[in-house]
Amino acid sequence: MIKQLSVFLENNPGRLAELTRTLGDAGINMRALMVADTAEYGVVRILCDTPDKAVSVLEGSGFGVSVSEVIAVEVPDRPGGLADVLEALGSEGINVEYAYCFVEPSGTAAVDIFRVDDPAKAQTTLKMIGVRVAGAADLYSIDVPSI
Amino acid sequence: MYQPEYEAMDQGELEALQSERLKATLARVYDNVPMYRAKYDEAGFDPSTVKSLSDLAKIPFTVKNDLRAAYPYGMFAVPMRDIVRLQASSGTTGQVTVVGYTARDIDNWADLMARTFASAGAGPDDIVQVAYGYGLFTGGLGAHYGSERLGCATIPISGGNTKRQIQVMKDFGVTVFAATPSYALLVGETALEMGIDIRDLPLRAGVFGAEPWSENMRLQLEEVLGIKAIDIYGLSEVLGPGVAAECEAQHGLHVNEDHFIIEIVDPETLLPVPDGEMGEVVFTTITKEGIPVIRYRTRDISRILTGKCSCGRTFRRMQRISGRTDDMLIIRGVNVFPSQIEQVLTGIPGVAPHYQVVLTKHGSLDHVEVHVEVGPDFAFDEIKALERLQNRVKAEIVSALAISIGVKLVEPKSIQRSEGKAKRVVDLRNERSE
Repeated sequence: MIKQLSVFLENNPGRLAELTRTLGDAGINMRALMVADTAEYGVVRILCDTPDKAVSVLEGSGFGVSVSEVIAVEVPDRPGGLADVLEALGSEGINVEYAYCFVEPSGTAAVDIFRVDDPAKAQTTLKMIGVRVAGAADLYSIDVPSI
Repeated sequence: MYQPEYEAMDQGELEALQSERLKATLARVYDNVPMYRAKYDEAGFDPSTVKSLSDLAKIPFTVKNDLRAAYPYGMFAVPMRDIVRLQASSGTTGQVTVVGYTARDIDNWADLMARTFASAGAGPDDIVQVAYGYGLFTGGLGAHYGSERLGCATIPISGGNTKRQIQVMKDFGVTVFAATPSYALLVGETALEMGIDIRDLPLRAGVFGAEPWSENMRLQLEEVLGIKAIDIYGLSEVLGPGVAAECEAQHGLHVNEDHFIIEIVDPETLLPVPDGEMGEVVFTTITKEGIPVIRYRTRDISRILTGKCSCGRTFRRMQRISGRTDDMLIIRGVNVFPSQIEQVLTGIPGVAPHYQVVLTKHGSLDHVEVHVEVGPDFAFDEIKALERLQNRVKAEIVSALAISIGVKLVEPKSIQRSEGKAKRVVDLRNERSE
């Protein structure tokens, strides 16, 4: 399971910039970022290299942050790759609450992040269809070349 | 009941007594207090035209500034040779005001506080620890005389030195504790730190007042201390503690109507409101000799509870104080107090009791938006959970205030903290809307 940060932000200009600057100043590198928004506020979901440190940095700067566990799956980077995975989960009755993905810099596989209602069953199902479920060590060690 | 001949008086007899005492008081203040004479002459009000309680509304009000302007002795209705005690208001809202009591005032006061302790279930067998401050503040001595009058063993420990309070409470076998509710809570917490569970001690009743407190606070105090907590009300300008007190039914505070006339008025129009409606509490003293006050505007907000009380007292009850007129908002004609919103928020897990009420105009209509901080420990991940929280806050506030409002969830710790009085209201209704 992968630790993901969820940060509650009001929809104000510059607020997302403040959040990312706070992480940047603390030397924390983000792997992926996704914003779920409503009219008045949003929840920013973040994967980063040092989640525990990121939580204490953000709380210290007055952000409302919580940690949730998500599943990271390496999906072959080809048409239909994600559909195969989702069909397997669906056929087992596992509900996906949200998902997002990013592409590994090496370019051979996409990493898909799932938040599901039954994580244990999802992990078993994914292993059965032969996709690789990434552990924390895999993800936090993904090497992103500096720009 | 300590004085059932008064406390359970027939309503008709009570009104006759009030009316007679009111007329005598008015004549006395007009003759002896230049402030009242000048005020009444200027308003063209002749005290001799007051024949019954129905004439009350003709009488000009007295306000805190009248008392301040008369500092120190301008409000006294008797010469200093008849005064036996001087005390002062706590001065939390401005300049201190001095209050003087005659021997009869002190005697009446002891009776009224004896009634208060009796209505908390106390009697001569009880051991009462008075942790209200002794000194210029009326709380300590007021409670002390009443407790002694009732025949209780009275411990004049005054406030402070919390560990000693707990030691005394334990060693002396205290059964009734009189203090401000916030101090009582501190005593409970400190006792736990000392490894003493007050629920194991003989303590069974708390007589709490001198500051506004909520129903949730009562539940907390009763749980932590293992007691029945009684709300009492008083203010030094009118008497000190002993103006009104809850009985064991814990449903409203019986006003000692043989000594004080209570009215509830609309704080804007100053017209009396019908029983049951919220408004500003106004008191007239009808037995006080040292400093009688006539239609004194307390700025406290409450309402008269209608119907009979199960305890047998016939004195009317006022609801616990829900706020001060200084804080009141009028929204689409409905009176709203920020404290009502606070009461709702303290009952909802997931939000912090920090909020701000933002008022704007949408066309000619007032629009209210309550900004509420999400608690720092909320699981922020799910939008659904945030939406549920927002809807719950909204539904509960709407049901408590009976007006429609909007709710905006804001980030933890984003509402500015204040070291003094929190700024709960941002009123933009007079600014041009977009």
